[in-house]
Order: sequence, then C-alpha cells, then structure tokens
Amino acid sequence: MTRLRLLCLVALLAAGVAAQAEPVSGYAFLDDSTRAMQDDEFENPGMVAVDRGSELFHEHREDEEYSCSSCHEKGGAKLDTEAIARYPVFNANLGGLVTLQARVNYCWEIHMDRFPLTPGHANLIALETFVRNRARGVKVNVQTDGDMAPLLARGEALYNTRFGQLDLACRHCHVQHQGQMLRGQRLSQGQANGFPEYRLGKGRITSFQQRLSECFLSFRAEPFEAGSPEADLLELYVMSRGNGLPIETPAVRF
Amino acid sequence: MPLAGIGLLSGIALGAASAGLPAADHAPEVYCQWQAQDFAIEQPLCGLVGDPARGRALAADGHGGNCLACHQMPIPEEPFHGTLGPPLHGVGGRYSAAQIRLRIVDEQQVNPMTVMPGFYRDPRLANRIASDYWGKTMLTAQQVEDLVAYLATLQ
Repeated sequence: MTRLRLLCLVALLAAGVAAQAEPVSGYAFLDDSTRAMQDDEFENPGMVAVDRGSELFHEHREDEEYSCSSCHEKGGAKLDTEAIARYPVFNANLGGLVTLQARVNYCWEIHMDRFPLTPGHANLIALETFVRNRARGVKVNVQTDGDMAPLLARGEALYNTRFGQLDLACRHCHVQHQGQMLRGQRLSQGQANGFPEYRLGKGRITSFQQRLSECFLSFRAEPFEAGSPEADLLELYVMSRGNGLPIETPAVRF
Repeated sequence: MPLAGIGLLSGIALGAASAGLPAADHAPEVYCQWQAQDFAIEQPLCGLVGDPARGRALAADGHGGNCLACHQMPIPEEPFHGTLGPPLHGVGGRYSAAQIRLRIVDEQQVNPMTVMPGFYRDPRLANRIASDYWGKTMLTAQQVEDLVAYLATLQ
C-alpha cells in the first residue's frame, strides 16, 4: 500500500515538473472573441485603466515641482521597458523585494513628495497598469538567481502550501490540474504576464494581488493583504514562472 | 493502520470565537469523531442514516456538495461537469460505502497530493481559514451520509 502511494506521488510530481517546463499564457485558454477584445485597443476595457494611469502620470499639481512625466517624459517615453519586464526586482537600497507597484509608490512619495498610496489603491493600480502597458510585448524576465534565489524559494513554498477550509494550494489547480475543467471553466496555469488585467466577471481592472485575494476567498482562506511580504513573495514566484511570456497588460480574462 | 479523526470540538467555545462575525451557511455543530481503517470509515458519522435522494440533490447543488465542479456524474440535467476528479459513474460498484465515506470525509488520507477538499475534516486542521468558516466542516455529518447513500446507489 505504501509503495503504491509513493508511486502515485512520484508520478504526480513528475507530471507537475513536466507541466511547469513550458509556460503558457492565460491568453491560450480564452475563446476567440475574448482574444479579439484583448487585442483591440479600442475594444479592450482595460484601456480605461491605462488612460486613468496616464492622467495620473502626467498630472502636474500646481504647487509641486514634478509629475512622473517630468523625468520619464511624455507617455513614459524614457521608461526602460526591459526594466519593467524584470519586476518584481531585488533592490537592497529599497529593503529587498520591490514590486512594480511599490516602485511606483517610491517615486510618488520620495521623488514627487506626495503622500504615499496604500498598496492596492485604485490610483496605484492605474499607474501600474499604465507603466506595465508601456512594456506590452516585452518578455517577462524576473531574476531567479543571486539575492532572489532564497526569496523565490519562499514564494514557491507558499505556492505549494495548502490554505483555507478547502485546504488547497495554488499548485493544485495551476500545476497539477491545469487545462482541466472546473465546472465550465478551463483551469489556466495562473500566469501573471497579463496583470493588471480586466476581469469580465468582475467588471473591473484587477491587480495580481487582488486576484490572489479572490483565489484565497474562493477556497475560504483568509487572504494575504496587498503589499504584505507573503503577497509580494507569491507575486514574485508566479511572475517568475512566466519568464519568457510576453507582457499583455491589460489582459482580458474571466 | 488506524487513523483517528482528532477529537471532539466544543461547539460552545467555537461559538464564542466567531461571535460578532457575519453568519455563514450553517452554525458550527459538534464535530463527530471518526476512525479510518484500511482506507475506509466503517461507522456512519454520528451514527446517522443517509438519504440517497437528498444526496443526489446535494451533489448537483453548486452551493452544496458541488461534486459537479470536479466530477462527471450521471446527473444529465446539469451542464458542464468538471474533469479534475475521476467520473463517478458506477462508483458504488467499485467502492464500498465505507470506502466512499473516507473519500468524502478526507481524501488526503487516501491521496496526500489530492486537490479534493476534505468535506468532514476536523476544522482545526485548516490553515488560515477565513473567519466566516471558523470551526466549520464543509458539509454537515448528515450531508456526508446523504452523499454516501447516493453514491452507493451508482452501480
């Protein structure tokens, strides 16, 4: 009996590893009409958040010296899209792991001398959407070695930890059972290359960490707060799983 | 190899712990002890008797057992059966009621890697459970027995 269980375990692990080798964007799991909606800038409802982010990016308040565009140029022309594709990054000067939202908030507070936005604030998500949209098509390229290695290991451990009343880990749906049907919904790999993304079911732009909360609530677990170390580590690990996938922000998903 | 469900929960203590929180689907009930042996639970939970008709309705109910989320079942009036788990056609012919009972109560005892939730696991084993569900099992003991009774009829 024990040997049989061990064999099952080995087989499942092997299937998991094989499945993880090839990242596939959530785009591949969409029907044609949803893909068309995402691909057309005028149809894509996520572009509203890009426009809102653009407003904030160019907003020059009367009594202030800078807007984002003072340094990054109109439309973010001086933003390095290859650098955007590397987020979350390790930056010892900023305290270690830095998500794109945290980096935008750093500029907001330190360089522009504004009151910092709370993690997950609608304006922060709009700015993140605008900035990441600049890098649309650039391949996700998260650092996986050096200082990042131990953080990735912690993120992966969280990814494989069971949570909530349903006692599920991320890996159960997005590695072990990817491609299968959960009632009428096909399970994707849960890749993060399209975030922040427009969710048709919710009718709003959704950041990675908001989506994470929704997953947690669906298996009746207490979510990790936006900007908490655990949420940041999960964002890091999930984003790194999609290294090589093109940034699709704002993706359209269900 | 006997595997014991852990202990009896105090309904009073749990009631106090969740006071002031939004009401959930069902109030915590006293958790009945169960024992697994040879990958089966011989004794019905709390000594209850299941009803196959109620079990079938519960299996199809998205807010009940929600079995159709993952399993294909002989419930043709409901569309879009899931494919995460094995189809349950004829499951009553492959497994005894006692074996089915353990697989509903706590499938992790059979397959540690499973995606299937334990519908009658000790709620104290849950990690970071949302506050609405403190002290609660996914299904009541009666609901589990209703499902066991229904699945046993699938020959």
